[in-house]
Amino acid sequence: MAINWFKYAAPTTFYGLAGKMIPFFAWPAAILFVIGLYIGFFVAPTDAVQSEAYRIIFLHVPASILSMFVYLIMAGYAALGLIFNTRLSSMMAQALAPTGALFAFISLWSGALWGKPMWGAWWVWDARLTSELILLFLYLGYIALHASIEDPRRADRASALLAIVGSVNVPIIYFSVKWWNTLHQGATIKMSGTSMQIAMQQAMFAVLAACWLYVIAITLARVRSIILEREANTQWVNDLPEVKQTNGRLS
Amino acid sequence: MNWSEFFAMNGYAFYVWGSYGVAVLVFAIEIALVRNRRKQTLRSLRLMRDEMGESA
Repeated sequence: MAINWFKYAAPTTFYGLAGKMIPFFAWPAAILFVIGLYIGFFVAPTDAVQSEAYRIIFLHVPASILSMFVYLIMAGYAALGLIFNTRLSSMMAQALAPTGALFAFISLWSGALWGKPMWGAWWVWDARLTSELILLFLYLGYIALHASIEDPRRADRASALLAIVGSVNVPIIYFSVKWWNTLHQGATIKMSGTSMQIAMQQAMFAVLAACWLYVIAITLARVRSIILEREANTQWVNDLPEVKQTNGRLS
Repeated sequence: MNWSEFFAMNGYAFYVWGSYGVAVLVFAIEIALVRNRRKQTLRSLRLMRDEMGESA
């Protein structure tokens, strides 16, 4: 029995599969988010140096990690769409962009609100902060470029180039704290593990897992709308139960 | 557990709840927008389908 690996690569079959998968990502995301926040605020001890302000870490670090990973995944899908002309890949890239941009914004926002009490400044032109800001602009640029071109296929190709070129910025963000003398502290979570207290670790990883599941759920939901919009005049879309269902009129 | 003491976050309340509050707001808005986009898309598809039905 030969497995057809590409069965779900077609928008038609993927649309149905994505619809079924969303709840399995959305609910665990919400539960893990609540667990993570509970541990982070009620179990994790007060920090010796920063007292309670450090609790922003349970939001700031996951959001920053996601903002970088989502960009790489987006650039990956954009590249796939560019190379293999697979429409669904480009649709996935387009579906990821807004969520990635939001995580970059949350990373910058929570960083500023953490920096003010700890560094005394909302913003400094530090290597890490500046490259993360560039990441946000890359996301917004990707979204704007894609939206500005009428023909979706041409928009996919043009924005894919921007996404791919922009991905050089992600390693810069990651290594900025090592390469340059930055005000931003070094990596909290390293491959060799983390020096954090156990409850702090648990809270961080719970929120991180919740964010990952959230990104998958929201992206699947958004890509389904993109699929419908792009395949509006196809037979399979018009035969969908949710489309055939009359809007209230008996006909 | 003294709630007012908890929410005070030892004086950092504005920064902590300013971070988490905006994040939760952003997620809520994004979820609402995605759900609304689906509703709008389905509605326009139905309209197109009805028009196609009448003209056929």
